[in-house]
Amino acid sequence: MAAFLYAADPPETIRMVDLEGLTLLYHRRSGLTHILAPPAPQILAALAAGPAGAAEIIARIGAVFEVEADDPAAAIAARLAELEAAGLVWRT
Amino acid sequence: MKHVVRLRIGPIGFRIGSQWRGPVAALRRLYAGYPEPEGVCDFTVRLEAERPWRRWLRPSAAIRGDYVLPDAAPLPLAQGLLAAEMGMNLQMALGQKSYLLLHAASVEKEGRALLMTGHSGVGKSSLAALLGERGWRFMGDEFALLGLDDGLLHPFPRAVSLKNESLGLFDGMDPDRLGPVLTGTPKGRIRHLRPNREAVARMGEPARPVLILFPRFGRDLDPAVREVGAAEAFMRLTQASTNYVALGEPGFDALTRLVGDLPSNAIDYADTGQAEALIARLWAKA
Repeated sequence: MAAFLYAADPPETIRMVDLEGLTLLYHRRSGLTHILAPPAPQILAALAAGPAGAAEIIARIGAVFEVEADDPAAAIAARLAELEAAGLVWRT
Repeated sequence: MKHVVRLRIGPIGFRIGSQWRGPVAALRRLYAGYPEPEGVCDFTVRLEAERPWRRWLRPSAAIRGDYVLPDAAPLPLAQGLLAAEMGMNLQMALGQKSYLLLHAASVEKEGRALLMTGHSGVGKSSLAALLGERGWRFMGDEFALLGLDDGLLHPFPRAVSLKNESLGLFDGMDPDRLGPVLTGTPKGRIRHLRPNREAVARMGEPARPVLILFPRFGRDLDPAVREVGAAEAFMRLTQASTNYVALGEPGFDALTRLVGDLPSNAIDYADTGQAEALIARLWAKA
């Protein structure tokens, strides 16, 4: 695992609404709206507890949500990359 | 401005000025019976000659106002009515902050509203205008105003802009309610239709939206209905809104509430009879 941690904006700076399995996210600082599919909202929820590495994120998510993928680590890594590209998470 | 008309359309007050008499006279005739705004107008539209001498020489009306698109091409004076309508739309699209503005048509029955949205040419203007003559209250064919706080649809019953083939659907209409046929416009042949008395008299009455439709017209289409998920409806409505981004979080809240609460369906139709039958079916379940 890489040594860096991922961080996200605190929950009070975003607004999330669940709609039929998808999550609409309004990002107050940028004014942008994002449409997220699981497990991206769960990753953001996991990071609400503070910055974490990929393994820790998987552990936090695993406590409340079952990641449906053959390789959960790869799936989380892919979603983290997408969230990073969208500016919703960053590396610290 | 030498010639001026003040009009209230739904909750919005417009002041439309023109250097020429023609466009204002045409507006007065088309909007006969509409109230004047109380107090200060929300938006001003000015139709001016692009250059001073163009007021007389091949006159063409440039659309100016509170909000301006710098590269908007002027229209020939013969299309002054269209220029005025475009100017009103432009002010709404760029300047409206009190409502989430959806490029959509809406009609109402028993206090419940049907919202129809889609690109130009899907037939929403014609459908709304036809329904408005057949037991529904016409609320608007171009913009639906979604209240940010109350979640209600507020009417914006400006004159219906009938285009090309749809002109024929309204041949039997009271000629007093029809504007001149405008040919060679950027959108082809256009004729305006004044909404009926009920639509004008009740323009101050909002209604609760209960059904969202994404109609699609095509001569070769078989009539069809497809349920649209809330997230897809949300995405399509953000694209149909001119001020979603500008409104920020209140717009997000209003739109997520709307798509979360209402069923959405896409309908295909080849003629207005089919559309009416599909709408009646979906409305009965809404």
